Amino acid sequence: MSEAVVSGTLAPDVSSDIRAAHSHLARRFLRNPLGIAALSVLTLIVLAAIFAPLLTSYAPNTASVLNVLQGPGARHLLGTDGAGRDVWARLLYGARFTLAGALLATVVAAVLGIASGLVAGYYGKWFESVSSWVTTLLMALPGIVVLLAARAVLGPSLWNVMIIFGVLLVPAFYRLVYAAVSGVRNELFVDAARVSGVSDFRIITRHILTVVRAPIILQASIVFGIGIAVQVGLDFLGFGDQTIPTWGNMLNDGFTNLYRDSQLVIWPGLAIVLTGVALTLFANALRDELEHSAGPSRRLRRAAAATAAAQAVADPVRPASDTIVHAEPDSSAPAPLLLHIDGLAVGYPQADGSVTRVVDNVSLDIRRGEVHGLIGESGSGKTQTAWSVLGLLPSGGEILEGSIRFDGEDLSRVPSAKMRDIRGGRIAYIPQEPMSNLDPSFTIGTQLTEPMRIKLGVSKGEAKARALKLLGQVGIPNPERTFASYPHELSGGMAQRVLIAGAVSCEPDLVIADEPTTALDVTIQAEILDLLRELQHELGVTILIVTHNFGVVADLCDQVSVMQKGRIVETGPARSIFAGPRHPYTRSLFDAILDESPARGPYAEVRS
Amino acid sequence: MLTFTVRRLLYGALLLFVIVTLAYLLLYAAAGNVGRTILGPDATQATVALKNQQLGLNSPLLTRYFSWLGHALTGNFGNSWFTNQPVTTAISTRLQVTLTLVLGAVIVSAVVSAALGVWAALRGGAVDRTVQVFSVLGFAIPGFIIAVFLVRFFALGTHWFKPTGYVPIATSFAGWIRTVTLPVIALSIGLVAGVAQQVRSSVIDALRQDWVRTLRSRGLSERSVLFKHVLRNAGGPALSVLALSFVGLLGGAVIIEQIFGIPGLGQIAVLATSQGDVPLVMGLVVAIGVIVIVVNLVVDLLQGFLNPKARIS
Repeated sequence: MSEAVVSGTLAPDVSSDIRAAHSHLARRFLRNPLGIAALSVLTLIVLAAIFAPLLTSYAPNTASVLNVLQGPGARHLLGTDGAGRDVWARLLYGARFTLAGALLATVVAAVLGIASGLVAGYYGKWFESVSSWVTTLLMALPGIVVLLAARAVLGPSLWNVMIIFGVLLVPAFYRLVYAAVSGVRNELFVDAARVSGVSDFRIITRHILTVVRAPIILQASIVFGIGIAVQVGLDFLGFGDQTIPTWGNMLNDGFTNLYRDSQLVIWPGLAIVLTGVALTLFANALRDELEHSAGPSRRLRRAAAATAAAQAVADPVRPASDTIVHAEPDSSAPAPLLLHIDGLAVGYPQADGSVTRVVDNVSLDIRRGEVHGLIGESGSGKTQTAWSVLGLLPSGGEILEGSIRFDGEDLSRVPSAKMRDIRGGRIAYIPQEPMSNLDPSFTIGTQLTEPMRIKLGVSKGEAKARALKLLGQVGIPNPERTFASYPHELSGGMAQRVLIAGAVSCEPDLVIADEPTTALDVTIQAEILDLLRELQHELGVTILIVTHNFGVVADLCDQVSVMQKGRIVETGPARSIFAGPRHPYTRSLFDAILDESPARGPYAEVRS
Repeated sequence: MLTFTVRRLLYGALLLFVIVTLAYLLLYAAAGNVGRTILGPDATQATVALKNQQLGLNSPLLTRYFSWLGHALTGNFGNSWFTNQPVTTAISTRLQVTLTLVLGAVIVSAVVSAALGVWAALRGGAVDRTVQVFSVLGFAIPGFIIAVFLVRFFALGTHWFKPTGYVPIATSFAGWIRTVTLPVIALSIGLVAGVAQQVRSSVIDALRQDWVRTLRSRGLSERSVLFKHVLRNAGGPALSVLALSFVGLLGGAVIIEQIFGIPGLGQIAVLATSQGDVPLVMGLVVAIGVIVIVVNLVVDLLQGFLNPKARIS
């Protein structure tokens, strides 16, 4: 633990940070149009309830047999109900009872839930286990049945019912606060505060409650909505206190008179719907802002990434002739071309209409049977190039210019169904991160056999036999067991072997390996490279290997293309480039790896 | 798997025992003079006393509780105080009706929300926004309000459906459809809103995973990637939401049955609690408790099927 934390000076800083974040949240919420509209509607409804006597001259309970079921008109704005009471007045006064009832339930739930959540989360121990048990119990009870039973015992009192309902809703707050508190209980700033002698009470109120304040408001608005719904439901069933005007009682009266005056259900219905929708929109807006404040929004992040990429390719486009080409040692006849990329440009259209280019004017030739290394630092566009060949650019990305000729066919123009035939069958892919590239819900066996059955048209049994043989070939000690395993039961090295088996399973011509060793331990890296080399010898497959590591290139590759800022800067036989790198960027990549003197020597300034 | 199931069942039984005990003690503590309640204010002191004796209410509360518990374990929940019908008979006939509604709503919701959620996640744009608006409305508007409006517009306006009543499927399939459709819609809408949201966000989440690209790189069809792999991975969270809503659905059915005049558990629950028919209420508590426990168990087993990591050996 660092000194600054132990000294306790950090705690106030952190909490003021949190407070700043929250006032920021409030300010941002006020800029959310939907949130503002919802809040305004809610405020209007509350004001209408408070100032009900000013908005109508009728009393909500004055019945009149002479005025039963009158339609809307000058004397009664919204007409009268089955007992001759003014609907508009009942709607306004009803808001008072309905909202106050829901508020009571919310307050009861919030106070009990927050208190027990704080105690259970902060102190833990036996209180924690008892609370979680009670929570499970409460959540197993259908609320309305409990309320009906309670009503049978306690009589039709709105307030009693809402208090009991509040108790039933305690888990909503308990779980929220408990999770948040047990999460921050051992945070450094709380430790720091404790060490520096701040009382538990002060820690809870100052450092912990501030963290959960906004989620509590969010939860309260949801609980408030449920409170209204349940209370209206009970009153609607006729189980409420019939002597007070509530929206539920109005709905009950309207439903009773549905055949005589079908518009009576509409007014309380509208009031309930309006309040419910406003509450939900308020909660949604709050949730949106909360999620945004947790980290930069997806849009922002994408924009940032795009800006970075745009900076990477900001220099004026230079012709491909700038690529330094090392001549082939023309001793033997070259193998036929398998992949011929010519002037490829990949870009991502932005919201403002511009297009961010991440690959620009890339030309690349790969001959049958060779292992071609595409090397460059992260962000140089090498993976984007690889994905273009597979036709699997992330959504939004597109090939802007150039062609990708694979065995004579331009992949940038083939229809997607045709591309699907080529993928897996003729061009295969080995990803970078083995653990995240297997579907966690299916066994290794299913994931290996599914493509074989489609691509090779073999039976289930034959696909299984082939899969087991492949698993043995890639060095998996117990193919049968791995076949039946789920991805989470494998180690990273095993998973990468499985992915390599999957890539070669349908006898492809070209395998694209995207940094196949980067995510693995050093010892396993070597094994995987050995495996790739063996497979290449055995199957005679062509490999395009994307990497940032010259060690990998030295180990495996016949040909190398060096990529920087979306372009190929130097290409040629690996031997020749190793012997005499000519482009300054290639030399700097070498320096970074081979220079043995200072591990973090000054990076040679590269001008492109 | 078997030990897990047994453990969960034992835990459920313990939970049920606590709920039942609390309910029994509270209900009898609050029941007052039962004989008087049943016979009404005109009955003589003597008949009231006789009635109480017949019902065995003169023995101490705990004695009665253990006797009830003993009988309950053998499946005998006594008779209704008011109709004298055996509690098991009264509940089992109505249970079928309510389960029809609730399971119907669960199936409809699962199918519709999966379709809506996937559609919104894939299409984005206007489709996504429309589904979002629908979700907000569905979440914000209580099901029984929707039910009232459904009756108002469909049953009364178009006469396509029956506004009230229930026809068993064995009697007439068409009649069953005409009585069951509106209640199931009313029960489903809130559920669809919540689950569709969950499906949408889990599908969007799953589509961003690396393994989707790898599956595509193997040349699988988009249909297989989407409906076999992505949907299976997105199913777990959606199932959780569906399961959490199940208890609420039972509560919702109480009101919905009342609106559509359907003779289900809800109707009998309303009747029993308003009359203070304690044996019947106790039977209902047990029935609902068992349903909730069984549903939670089934959901946990399904979760294990969907998500191998959650599987317990």
